[in-house]
Amino acid sequence: MYRGGNDGQAIDRAGAAFSGAASPHSEPVLEMSFRVDRYDFAAAGEAASKIKQVLRQLGMAPELVRRAAVAAYEAEMNLVIHSEGGQILLRVDTEKVTLVACDGGPGMPDVSLAMREGYSTAPDEIREMGFGAGMGLPNMKRCSDSFSIESEVGRGTTVTAAIRIA
Amino acid sequence: MGMEGRFHSVKLLEEKCKGCTNCIKRCPTEAIRVREGKAVINAARCIDCGECVRTCENHAKTIIANSIDDLKNYDYTIALPAPALYSQLGRASGPDEVVWALQEIGFDAVCDVSFGADIVTECTRRHLISHPKPRPVISAACPAVVRLIQVRYPNLISHVARVESPMYAAARVARVEAAEKLGIAGDRIGVFFISPCAAKVTAVIAPLGSEFSYVDGAISISDIYGELMTELGRGRSARPMHRGSNLGFAWANSSGELKALGLHNVLAVDGIHNVLGLLEEVDNGRLAGVDYIEALACPAGCVGGPATVENPFVARARMIEISKAVEADSAEALSEARRLVDERGTDFFALQGELTALSGLEIDPRLEVAIAKMSELERVLARLPGLDCGACGSPTCRAHAEDVVCGNASEVDCVFKLREAMEEVAEELLRLAKTDLPSLQRRNDK
Repeated sequence: MYRGGNDGQAIDRAGAAFSGAASPHSEPVLEMSFRVDRYDFAAAGEAASKIKQVLRQLGMAPELVRRAAVAAYEAEMNLVIHSEGGQILLRVDTEKVTLVACDGGPGMPDVSLAMREGYSTAPDEIREMGFGAGMGLPNMKRCSDSFSIESEVGRGTTVTAAIRIA
Repeated sequence: MGMEGRFHSVKLLEEKCKGCTNCIKRCPTEAIRVREGKAVINAARCIDCGECVRTCENHAKTIIANSIDDLKNYDYTIALPAPALYSQLGRASGPDEVVWALQEIGFDAVCDVSFGADIVTECTRRHLISHPKPRPVISAACPAVVRLIQVRYPNLISHVARVESPMYAAARVARVEAAEKLGIAGDRIGVFFISPCAAKVTAVIAPLGSEFSYVDGAISISDIYGELMTELGRGRSARPMHRGSNLGFAWANSSGELKALGLHNVLAVDGIHNVLGLLEEVDNGRLAGVDYIEALACPAGCVGGPATVENPFVARARMIEISKAVEADSAEALSEARRLVDERGTDFFALQGELTALSGLEIDPRLEVAIAKMSELERVLARLPGLDCGACGSPTCRAHAEDVVCGNASEVDCVFKLREAMEEVAEELLRLAKTDLPSLQRRNDK
């Protein structure tokens, strides 16, 4: 189940995020993208499951697959709960697994606040569903070897998490 | 590890296979393909759940197990009937009549696996107290589920309870007792499990964790059903070496193990596809607060095993009646189980050996090749119709794309791709047919 490929703005920015990390040689690279829709709780988690399956098939170590799956799941839930919809991009080369979550808004006014454990802007109805504990981004960071957030109110957010392949 | 050589009790009967696609669509590990008109099982992926045995309307999938003939290799034989056996033989036959019938068809003694279940319940309670992490603990009772974890969820191996299945617990008790009582060597005693499923037959012949099997053989319930029915109904009865409690018998139905444990924060799941969905949740860390999971591959539990005969829901109702019928002696069985666990220690009934991750899903052992193949797989998949019709012999378009990049199939094995290719060829033929030959060209009058 391969979704996505036509979310213009978000894709362009994700592509930019990737191009900086492109490998110098003509090494094999896998790139996949998954569209995630706002408040689509029925499909939430499917991108993370798919990413997990792909990494397993690539023969990645179970622990690495676990970390990537957790990061992908948190990224996916963030898009479902907080964004107006966006994409998750998976990029795998022989050195690392990179996940990029990008959306077209609304953007975060204070990224450092969003990174604080327990801080969440999720409304009560989302918290009642067991989400919005303010652990998503910190959890993603914990699972990654490198982690960055770029955000601009009115434009959107791009979260990049990379895990080295030992 | 020689995965291709892994033993499986599920086998194909080629002459009965029509090459339809029912089994490939139901296999939880996508282990089956149809090639040259016959189903082919990938040994590295098969977990012996028996879903294909249940699905095949032509009965082309079978379970290779031992037969009564194999009893003659031993001086003394003990039958270990799964509690589910008692649910299969009609309402008229009580547990003691079934024991008599088992002895009539060739066994010297019978030891109920329901008693092994009582032992395992006791050991699991103690295991949960002494192993606070990780949670949830997943029951090791169903070998198809344990193999599914080994093949698809290696991160969950540490969650599997380090407790043997009821079959092994009963086998250890029965063998030791018989050897002591009769004064004969343990290896002259043949211990045979009467199995409701393929997974347990495989577990006997190729044990999950250990190198050595405490059970010498396994016989399918469906294989001896006819013989047992002939012996039943004569009003004769006999007692087993050990009989389980009502709670031990309840294990044959889904949720039975949980009922026996009597703990909070637990959940039960049955049916291999439901198990798959739940393990995915556990693997994603979404079941915080759950302490224990009972997971059974067969719908309704072991009473619905692929080597059973009765409708699973009729069997389930019968199982409840049997549990009630043995309730009177249950307190005694439970205290005997506790006494044995105290005397032998939980280690005696602990899962032997290490559970290891089993490969089988990887598309290539070399990472750079795997990445290249996966990229190609996504490109092939994007060209396929996405209908998952199975006509190519692979269960889904994705599986077909995987087979293409691994060199095990061709893209035009897809009927839709074949049609496209034929259309292109036809158009080319038409174009050629319309080409004027120089000798026939007329001069254009200007």
